[in-house]
Amino acid sequence: MSHQGLSSQTIAVVGGGISGITTALEAAEAGYDVVLLERSPSLGGRVAQLNRYFPKLCHPTCGLEINYQRIKKNRRIKVYTMATVANVAGSRGDFTLTVTLSPRHVKTTCTACGDCAAAAETTVANPFNYGLDQLKAAYLPHEMAFPMRYVVAPQVIGTPEGERIKAACKYDAIDLDEQESSFELKAGAIVWATGWQPYDAGRITPYHYDESPDIVTNVEMERLAAHDGPTKGKILRPSTGEPPKRVALIQCAGSRDYNHLPYCSRICCLASMKHAAYLREQYADVEVDIYYIDIRAHDKLENFYKKLRNDPQVRWIKSKPASIVPGPDGVPLVCGENTLTREIYRTPYDMVVLAVGMQPSTAAGRPAMDVPMDEYGFIVPEGSDGGLMSAGVASGPLDVSMSVQSATAAALKAIQAVSGRARP
Amino acid sequence: MSERKTGVYLCSGCGIGEAVAMDELETVAVKEFKAPHCAQHAMLCGEEGVETIRADLAEGKVNQLVIGACSPRVMTDRFQFDNAQVIRANLRELVSWSHAPGDEDTQAAAADYVRMAITQASKTTAPEPWIEGEYSQRIMVVGGGSTGLMAAREAAEAGHEVLLVERSDRLGGHARGYAKVIPHRPPYRDPQPNDIEALIAAVENDPLITVKTNCHVTKTSGMPGKFQVELANGAGPSNETVGAIVVATGWRPYDPSKLGHLGYGVSPDVVTNVELEKILAAGQPKRPSNGQAPKAVAFIQCAGSRDPDHLPYCSSVCCASSIKQALQLVEADPECSTYIVYDELRTPGVAEEFYRSAQAKGVIFLKGKVKSVGANLTVVVDDALIGEEVPLEGLDMVVLATGMVPNTTIPDLPYENSEYAAAQLQADINPLSPIPVAGYQGEAPAPLPRPADNPPPGAPILNLQYRQGPHIPMLADGFSDSHYICFPYETRRTGIYTCGPVRRPMDMGEAAEDAAGAVMKAVQVVRNAAKGASVHPRSGDLSFPRIGYNTCTKCRRCTVECPFGAIDEDEKEYPVVNPTRCRRCGTCMGACPVRTISFDNYSVEMISSMIKAVEVPDEFEEKPRVLILACENDAYPALDMAGINRHTYSPHVRVIPVRCLGSVSLVWISTALESGYDGIVLMGCKPGDDYQCHFVKGSAMAKERMGKIADTLKSMALETERVAQMEVSIAESHKIGPMIDDYMATIDRIGLSPLKGF
Repeated sequence: MSHQGLSSQTIAVVGGGISGITTALEAAEAGYDVVLLERSPSLGGRVAQLNRYFPKLCHPTCGLEINYQRIKKNRRIKVYTMATVANVAGSRGDFTLTVTLSPRHVKTTCTACGDCAAAAETTVANPFNYGLDQLKAAYLPHEMAFPMRYVVAPQVIGTPEGERIKAACKYDAIDLDEQESSFELKAGAIVWATGWQPYDAGRITPYHYDESPDIVTNVEMERLAAHDGPTKGKILRPSTGEPPKRVALIQCAGSRDYNHLPYCSRICCLASMKHAAYLREQYADVEVDIYYIDIRAHDKLENFYKKLRNDPQVRWIKSKPASIVPGPDGVPLVCGENTLTREIYRTPYDMVVLAVGMQPSTAAGRPAMDVPMDEYGFIVPEGSDGGLMSAGVASGPLDVSMSVQSATAAALKAIQAVSGRARP
Repeated sequence: MSERKTGVYLCSGCGIGEAVAMDELETVAVKEFKAPHCAQHAMLCGEEGVETIRADLAEGKVNQLVIGACSPRVMTDRFQFDNAQVIRANLRELVSWSHAPGDEDTQAAAADYVRMAITQASKTTAPEPWIEGEYSQRIMVVGGGSTGLMAAREAAEAGHEVLLVERSDRLGGHARGYAKVIPHRPPYRDPQPNDIEALIAAVENDPLITVKTNCHVTKTSGMPGKFQVELANGAGPSNETVGAIVVATGWRPYDPSKLGHLGYGVSPDVVTNVELEKILAAGQPKRPSNGQAPKAVAFIQCAGSRDPDHLPYCSSVCCASSIKQALQLVEADPECSTYIVYDELRTPGVAEEFYRSAQAKGVIFLKGKVKSVGANLTVVVDDALIGEEVPLEGLDMVVLATGMVPNTTIPDLPYENSEYAAAQLQADINPLSPIPVAGYQGEAPAPLPRPADNPPPGAPILNLQYRQGPHIPMLADGFSDSHYICFPYETRRTGIYTCGPVRRPMDMGEAAEDAAGAVMKAVQVVRNAAKGASVHPRSGDLSFPRIGYNTCTKCRRCTVECPFGAIDEDEKEYPVVNPTRCRRCGTCMGACPVRTISFDNYSVEMISSMIKAVEVPDEFEEKPRVLILACENDAYPALDMAGINRHTYSPHVRVIPVRCLGSVSLVWISTALESGYDGIVLMGCKPGDDYQCHFVKGSAMAKERMGKIADTLKSMALETERVAQMEVSIAESHKIGPMIDDYMATIDRIGLSPLKGF
């Protein structure tokens, strides 16, 4: 691969979720060269894994499709998937990034015909569905994956099955010997749009997430409600496969808590209200209880709250549950005290959904350079030389619309850094 | 283009060759259409395949390409050639991946897609962009408060000249009166110094920024790159040309005289949060009644916000601003007791630390609703935690945390609302539309009443000289936001971007970022306008609507229906397209009853010819033909994904992607019916409340037009079922096959079209 022709006016965007995509497009459409680096095999990040957005209950893939169309039409954007940044040297106008490419074992000649998947027998946990189901060891990450190209899982590398998968490809697109590689990228500005990960529910020990299949997280709930999820969009009680009759949605599972995430993750209230809407849309008789500290539905999102408050089968319980314990038949019991009525409750539910918070991806591994961060790991580039920006949830807990706002602003800062007038 | 030499390239890879007889497709190209060149390849997207095409182009053998292979949504980088138009026939996702291999109906479908693509190629030309005269790169910022100042500064930093227009006599807006601001940098704990004076100085001393105070916009006409703006200030009107406009007119506090129920007016010591800001800025805090230092102060949250009788929305910033003010009072006098009475405490994100910091510093938070505020300042709180009424006594000040009202108009400038203005403001969706539910066991909840959509009083900010009225469209709650979650800057007036609290309630820290975002869009639009290129969502599109004036009947449908207000009328009432305002959706083309609007590469005639290019079986073959006009943004990708998942459906449908359902001309329906098609389906996104159309109302327009077609069908003695509109979202690839098959069953039931063979 040739990387010549990239000058120090190039903008490197690290992270190909909605924020990174937005920054890349906004800058490229104003006439700048952009390199977009994504760690996973396809773009879209967390947003691609959402079933729908609040408050419109529309599908994230709709906006992603428009963005992918924009990328396809724009020759100024170069996308690398399975790419991480190993090192950064230099300063504004003259950065050198060392980019590591993990082996996909599938070359760009892949046509996505699917013959490799047909030849595969081994199954692996499906990362797109948070491991809730399995997929073949040669797989398309999801139906709207962009770039639309398969991946061969490392599990079959060096096995006879791997050879069979390779032999099945008519287009010689499978490279079982592919090794990790790296290249150097020159850039004038770097935008960190590395996003977030769901807080590890297992760490909230009183909630016993690992002990009951009927206790799930909010991000898993998105996949359970999605038509390409493990249950084909039907929300079912994981232990029995039956429709749930009573569901508890637990707010601030890890957020607003010094033992876990001290900040408010902003999106969980609305996300849980959206989950209540999913449930009500599917089941006439389902009852949903929302346990909350404060309902944070800012600006016009208040309307969504009002609409749901109007639903007699959605109840609001001001309380942070003390514990969630598997009951006698494995039924999860939500236990605690209602702050308003002072009642002690111990209520069984068919399903419990933990609204886990957003933790910056920097918590899993620090960025490859010394970027200024706050104590939570959000990247706050004020005070740097102007060549570094952060966008979206890398910069703080934001919803999608605010992430796009942040990413659009970061694009402007980046073009200022590579071509604006000199700063004092 | 010189003589059209269309090369047809057919790929047999990915199962296409197994599903259909490639030689028969070549025969269609060579024999039926006399294509000057046709070639087959087993992997056209591979290096060798692409090289073949490149060589043919270089030799001059061909100068336009029809590629019969995979979907136009994939392999776009391979099948992209300089100076050659590429037309794609989707033989993979729409044919070999969704229909039975080796079947004659599958073969017929593939042949028809080749016919349609070659026909399309013959009716399209590479778009010639509209570029005319001078383009301004200058950005006008309206509003000189903190958001506008930031916007001006950001645009100048990006190298653009700026014209900053401020209505009052000085810059700084509300922020000028703040002693301290809400923190937005770590450690997020304490009120921060207000650096507005430094920002004002930076703007005033910036050689790229021209500041006009005591000035407002009296008229705006033109389009991105060429806005003509008339300004009024003391010296009389002046005219300026700018390339794009950023509106940062901010907010005003909710009228406290309407808050008598919360004690406003009972005592001079009941003040609003805005009034308290002035007290805090003046130095040591003093009670308005007697000038003494306040010792016990209660803040009442949501004063006018989240209240159906006042502002229905949450003003977002009042919680943090009351915390800031309480901390300022405590800092001025550690003996001062402060109480914040709230319903829901909203300090999202890292602002949680600010809340925690206030708790640590002794600010007392009470959850409940205020029942009354007495003349002696006793605030009776219905305390939600204790479950009873608690009187807060001994207070010496009460602060009402009033909400933000957006300045989407100039309230103090009288203005007679034109019919357009009222219609424009009332065209918004219902924010309280019901959430879908599967059904109820008991009584269904009553629908929430829709709030009145009264246009806010006062003159329009820009007074747009547009056919569709003077205002920037706003939402039902009065803010100038967009409806899109993924595209918050997509206003319905191209080249005009709003930011700060006029768009959404927000604090100064967020507004500063929002200003940069809006400026990014402004920078982008001025640079693209000069190249004749469209901005989002059809970014880079060089085509634009051309109007054939010789046949135009001045019916005004295009000027009324354009979702972006891009078409005006001249003095003779003919439509005038402002090309850089246009977003290329084609809604005007769909609206035009005399088919006189077309794009270089998208026209009524082009699609009509494609419809006619399909071989419709005669009445004796008993094989129906159904035309699907699919929105290329949602329905078409869903069809592709049905193919990717190998969902099968009837092979008797023929799909033509359209830019938007709004661009669908009724001519296409009649052409299809006359050609003997048995049914026509419009497939696109959800219209109405919570619409998903990227062109705002394309699917709604299509629905309206289709509503009128039933009578026409009856007059032709045709069943109304022959024309249908289906709502398909992009995430419904699993439903699209069954929907098509259901429709085919309907056609089966009503029988083949009686118009076949005529």
